[in-house]
Parts: sequence; structure tokens; C-alpha cells
Amino acid sequence: MSGPVTDVPAVSPGPEAAGSSLTVVRAVGLAAGYGPTPVWAGATFDVRPGEFVAVLGPNGAGKSTLLRVILGLVPVRAGMIEVLGDSPRRGNAGIGYVPQSRVLDTDAAIRGVDLVGFGLDGGHWGVPVPGRARRAARELVTAAIESVGASAYARRRLGELSGGERQRLLLAQALVGAPRLLLLDEPLASLDIRNQGLIAQLVASIARARSLAVLLVGHDVNPLLPVVDRVLYLARGRVEIGPPEKVVTSATLSRLYGSEVDVVFDRRGRRFVVGLEDEVTHPHPLNGPAVKRPADHPAP
Amino acid sequence: MAVHLAVVAGFSWNPLSDASAILSWQFMRSAYEAGTVVALVSGVVGYFVVLRRTAFAAHALSDMGFPGAAGAALIGVNPVVGMLVFTLTVGAVMGMLGERVRGRDTVVGIVLAFSLALGYLFSSLYTGNSTEAFALLFGQITGVTTWDVTVTVAASAIALGAVAVMYRPLLFASVDEVVAEARRVPVRLLSVGFMLALALAVSAAVQVIGVLLIFALLVTPAAIAERLTRRPGAAIACASGLAVLFVWVGLAIAYYQPYPPSFFIVGLAFVTYVVVRVAPGARAWSRRGLMGSWDTSTRSTSPPR
Repeated sequence: MSGPVTDVPAVSPGPEAAGSSLTVVRAVGLAAGYGPTPVWAGATFDVRPGEFVAVLGPNGAGKSTLLRVILGLVPVRAGMIEVLGDSPRRGNAGIGYVPQSRVLDTDAAIRGVDLVGFGLDGGHWGVPVPGRARRAARELVTAAIESVGASAYARRRLGELSGGERQRLLLAQALVGAPRLLLLDEPLASLDIRNQGLIAQLVASIARARSLAVLLVGHDVNPLLPVVDRVLYLARGRVEIGPPEKVVTSATLSRLYGSEVDVVFDRRGRRFVVGLEDEVTHPHPLNGPAVKRPADHPAP
Repeated sequence: MAVHLAVVAGFSWNPLSDASAILSWQFMRSAYEAGTVVALVSGVVGYFVVLRRTAFAAHALSDMGFPGAAGAALIGVNPVVGMLVFTLTVGAVMGMLGERVRGRDTVVGIVLAFSLALGYLFSSLYTGNSTEAFALLFGQITGVTTWDVTVTVAASAIALGAVAVMYRPLLFASVDEVVAEARRVPVRLLSVGFMLALALAVSAAVQVIGVLLIFALLVTPAAIAERLTRRPGAAIACASGLAVLFVWVGLAIAYYQPYPPSFFIVGLAFVTYVVVRVAPGARAWSRRGLMGSWDTSTRSTSPPR
């Protein structure tokens, strides 16, 4: 169910780690959705190892749906998609996944380290047996916790952790099985601006160090712009992908959102998007059929 | 009701002689055997009931045992068999509904009330009075026969074995169902499996503590343990240990008093819970975990990046 315990995260992937091709995700003319009508269509893109891609777009545009297609949880309606050289399937050990933040139990006798450990052997039957394999698993968990800088609070109860601390531990859980693709669904939601920047930088540095491909779903593009390689926009049933300097422009965003969006630059040449503030809280009605969210992903 | 002993040797403050006096009676030996097994399994299953926040569903499930047992007695079948059939069926249905059972407190409550009424009807049809119903509702541990002990041990052993097999994926799915499902953990199957284990535990426990008081063994020790430790394994061990302690001490007190053992078992559990909640320092325990000092030794002091 999870990757082999001996699979220590490699700093640089060997030739076989990249699979038959150099792409981690390859989509051609992809369309997907829960009902007969796709949420979006015509998605053609590649994601390469070590690449950090931000997935952006208004509420209900189908950002989580894209991640769930890659996870094999939502069927493909048209086109094709290859994940790690194969068709999408549930329980792919090569994928680390952090879903939208949910209410995790507050008082329960369960700690951050236990949560991280699920990423390694949470799917294994039976009670853990003390021994060599158990010690090796513990070391992997400790290493994953250190890699996200969460050692100081990993042994606290889940309910005592702040949103940022819990997000780091969930990231460690996704990383502990040494995946080659990381899918993060709104990891910056409900974090303060400082933590948003910290988590975005952390993900970027981990992706580079491990040649890990990352798809990060976000609402606000600004904390992500300094660290991502490319952005993938989903809006009004369409998909647009490219480097920030090509996609994050006033013209492209205004067209995608169907409203006035400005991209401005500060004195150091950094890009900022303005005019989407309302989008974050008040999504525009979509053209075409209303998008139905899956029951387990209620609107925040 | 229980055979209340008018002629017993008084309490002597000598634990050994007291224990041998208590255990010289066959019915007390049976009570201790059944009670210990039930307490052990209740502590284990109770941890997951608390973790999964299904306390009300668990309570309803145990109440389903009442019409099951009373109905079986009415048609001449062994009540324990009727109880097992009823709770296992209801448990399977609840497990299949899974997530949807939570937050459906109204529906669960309505079915619960009707099942209690049904049980009352069945038992009054059977005996013409409510003695039978009373025993099912509040337990009759000192009336446990050796055959009952065998059934209790068998049901408890199956429930314990099932939880042991499901342990890791059940823990994963209980804490974070979304990620567990994406990682191909059979979330729905585990939900059904857990409810079946709970049905077995509940059926075993009814003889000891009764349908209405089952919470004292199922939920209270787990809720106390949750405040004393933060490690899942330690919490399970702590819950089981406390449940066993409550049963042992409760039975011993009841041996010397003309009051029902169920009351002392539930009372001990309740008082301990209150003490743990309000005692000075209880807050700090729950923060640190009373048994948390074991793992803080390995805790890294490096500051977060």
C-alpha cells in the first residue's frame, strides 16, 4: 500500500527513477468531472521531475478535481493522462498527497509523529511489531519530520498544533514514503501571510533537493509567484499553463477570469496580481453548467 | 436481581483473604472472569469509539441488543444469540452508512427510542413483568453462568482479534479518512469491520453491565486515558487497565454491600473521569501526557526552521 520501507529519499533521481519518459504527469486533451459534463476540458501539459507547478483558478473551477484525477479518484472523461508512466490508479505509492485541510480530532490521544507514520505503514494490516523494520521506519519518520522542520512539536497532540504546524506534519506524512510526485491541495489556506511564504519556500526547496514534481493548488497566486516554475490556471472550463511571466499577465488573467485583473510590478521587479481579491471570497458564477463539488470537499 | 448475600464474612482489609473469600463463590469467579474479559475488550474498542467520535452510534448499537435479547427469549432462543444477531446486523448497516451516521443524531436517536420500546414490549410479553428487561438494561453480572462466560470470552476474543488485524489502517482511517482513502486503505470495509467488532464487544458487555450502562466500560475509560497519555498504544493499554480496575473494585465493593455491582462499576468510572477532568494539574497532564515523559527524552530540541 505504501512504498517499501527501504526506499530512502534520493537527492537526485537515477535514470530509472524518472521512468520511461522524463515526465511525471503527461496530459493530452484531458477532460474530467464527476457527472457526464466535464468540469474542464482540453488540458494538455507535462510536469517534469523537480518542477513546482501552482494550480490556480476560482472556486469550483476544478482544481481539486485535477488532483483527484491524478490520484485515480475521479474518472477521465476525454483525452489521456499518464501519471509516473502509467494510467492513474488509487494508492499509487509514488504520489504524496495532502488534501484540503480538514477538521482533525482535537482531544484524541494521537500525536504528530503518528500522523507522519501513517504515510509509511498506515495501510499495513496488524499491530506494529517491534524490531529492525520498526526502527528503520521510525528513522524514516524522524528524517521526514526534520526535513520539514517540525521536530520541535511532532510529539504533541494533533489538537495542540497550529494550522502551520499541522500543515508541515501533513507534508512530512506525504514525503515519508519517498514519492516522486507531490500533490498539495490548498496547503496555504487558513495560514497567515508569513506562514504562507514559509510553506511555499519549504515546498520549493524540498522539490528541488529531491527532484520531486509538485502540483500545489492555491487560491492566492502572490505568495506562490516567487517560488513556482510554472502556473496552471483552470477557469471557466479552460486550462492554461506556462511560466509565470507568460501566464500571469493582465491580458491572460483578465481573459481567464472574465473580469479586470491587473498584474503589477514592484521596484524589485516582482510580480503581483491585483483585482482577484473578491475572487477569493466571492467566486464568479461560472459559464456553462454549475460545478458540483464532491460531497467530501465542501466549500471552505 | 443479583443474589445479595446477607451472610458473608466482613471486609477485613487483608486483600488476600478478602480476595479468597470473594472468589470462593462460583458465581463470583464467573463474574470476575466475564467482567475482566469484557473490560479488556471494552478498553480497546472504546479507544476507537472515542477517536472516531461515534459514541452515540455505539450507544444506539448497544441498545439494539435489548430488543434482540428480549425478542429471542420470547421465541425461545438464547438471549445472547438474539443480541448478537441484532447488534451485528445493525452494526453492519451503520458501518456501511459510515460517515453518514455521524451528524445523523436525530435519526439514530429515533431508532434508538423505538428499539428500547420494542425491547420493553418483548420482555413484558415474555415474563409478564419487567425483571428480565431490568437485567438486560442494567446488567446482572452476579447471575453470569459458566456458559455465559464461554460466550463472552469467545465474542471478546473475536472482537479483539479483529481490532488487532485492523489496527493500523483503522487508526489511519479514523484520524484522516480522506488521505487514507487516497492511499487505498479500504475505508468503508474498515468502517463495517469496526462496527462488527463493536457489536461483539457490546453483546459481550451487556451481561456484565447492561445495555444502558455500557458507556461506563466503553467510553469512560477511553476518555480518561485520552487525558492521561497522547500515544495511541498507551491510551489503549490505559483504557483497558482502567476498565479492568473499575470492574474488579466495583465487584469487590458490591460483594460487601447490598447494592448492584453495575452501580459501583459505573460510579468508579465516573468519579475517576471527574477527578481527571477537574484535578489541578490535569490540564498539564493532558498537554504533556502523563506517560508522555517516555518519549520526550528523544524529543529533538532543534528550533523549527
